[in-house]
Amino acid sequence: MIEVKNLYKGFDDKTVLHDVSLVIEDAQTFVVLGQSGSGKTVLMKNIIGLLKPDSGEIFIDGVDTCTLSYRESRKLRENFGVLFQGGALFDSMSAYDNVAFPLHMIKRMPQKQCHERVMECLELVHLPDAAAKMPSELSGGMQKRVALARAIALEPKYIFYDEPTSGLDPKTSNTINDLIKDLDLRLGVTGIVITHDMHSCLAIADGIAFIHEGRIHWTGDVDDLHAATDKILLEFVKASEYQIGHH
Amino acid sequence: MTAGVDTRHPTPLTFPFKRQIEDFFEEVGRFGLLLYQSFRSIGEVRTYWENLLIQMVRIGVESIPIVALAAAFSGAVTTVQSAHQLISPLIPRSVIGGVVVPSMILELAIVTTALVLAGRVGARIAAEIGTMRVTEQIDALEAMGLNAVAYLVVPRVLAGILMFPVLYAVACFVGIGGGIIAGELSDSIPAREFIEGGRLYFKASDVTFGLIKSLVFGFTITAISCTKGFFASGGAEGVGRATTQAAVQSCVFILLGDYLLATLLL
Repeated sequence: MIEVKNLYKGFDDKTVLHDVSLVIEDAQTFVVLGQSGSGKTVLMKNIIGLLKPDSGEIFIDGVDTCTLSYRESRKLRENFGVLFQGGALFDSMSAYDNVAFPLHMIKRMPQKQCHERVMECLELVHLPDAAAKMPSELSGGMQKRVALARAIALEPKYIFYDEPTSGLDPKTSNTINDLIKDLDLRLGVTGIVITHDMHSCLAIADGIAFIHEGRIHWTGDVDDLHAATDKILLEFVKASEYQIGHH
Repeated sequence: MTAGVDTRHPTPLTFPFKRQIEDFFEEVGRFGLLLYQSFRSIGEVRTYWENLLIQMVRIGVESIPIVALAAAFSGAVTTVQSAHQLISPLIPRSVIGGVVVPSMILELAIVTTALVLAGRVGARIAAEIGTMRVTEQIDALEAMGLNAVAYLVVPRVLAGILMFPVLYAVACFVGIGGGIIAGELSDSIPAREFIEGGRLYFKASDVTFGLIKSLVFGFTITAISCTKGFFASGGAEGVGRATTQAAVQSCVFILLGDYLLATLLL
């Protein structure tokens, strides 16, 4: 379980996250919804430990991550898989080597076992044929799927998806959404999806937190969202629906 | 004297270059922080040893042709110019070798090598690491539990420290060889007299001094370039800025370091 308590984070004079508190239960797909610049990615990076909060507490399975040393924090991160917005594939390595990288560098897995795991991960994202390709030879959607294969390689307990459908066409977005839901169910992991994509949110969310101007403005599930009367949330939903209709 | 100044109501201090001064200290802080993290990560050999070998090839072996070219022409030009200035019935021709050899060992081989590599190696390191920063590849390394400083910075700085003395040695040999060939081609000094003069004025302590400089410059170029890349921000423009600054600042610190080391060690 992930528990965030009274989290504050700012850069220079600007406070990005104000008093954020959140509970993410295990084995569900939890969506953090909000418009660009609302602080979603900063929240994710604080939970992962890539940023240090100015104040507040973050508990992962009961461990206060803010009090951990760098070495302890890195050990904890082995439980995380992260799909970054642009994929963040290592561009000097092939798709195969990208997926093998954490297995080789973190787990020190023997070569045969590593090969089996890499192919298993690439099959899970339906890209076993792309193993030899370099990231520059892959489309945006394929890059995200390879990045997803890399994220699940270490069999993490938590997978963070940062804007998994941004920059993708609707069909590829649906493929990614299906993949996220399928992986979360099949692997029994907790998925935390950071997105502004309402369509994606409605397709995959078990729980939702709507973040607005750095504050958790609303929480609930998809049924609650359909019945919501909050003005700011409804404005966001309306704008998103218009975008979907527009495209 | 403070006559005429109202000390009860001092006007707020305004610095003419406040922003630049702040930026300077921020940069010094980043450099210090990255160095500190690098020293702390030096024990994580398993994280960086493979990358260290790759970087030794990229920084060292792949730089040999350009270093050799620059050194050969420095040696050749120094010989031709020394011959032009020193040819006289009163000065033995072997003096030309006595000028060129110590000049190469003490100054030309290492400074030429360092300046060439500030552009070649420094820019490459800053561009590589900077691109990894702005495309979140460094975040991806950290997110999977890997020490990004140990994986990216330590092997590059170590490779610089290990390979610069080798490149310095190459530059010395090729530079002196270039001098010998230029002396023969310009008919100003035969090879035998050049070598004789070089041996006469050769001091082993000059080589030690050159090696110390090569270690310092190897560290300076790689450490500055890694810092520039590691803290790059702002997309492609930010990477471009980091790359340029890495090359320019490396050159400035080489020239400054060259002067300081000469003052301290000679």
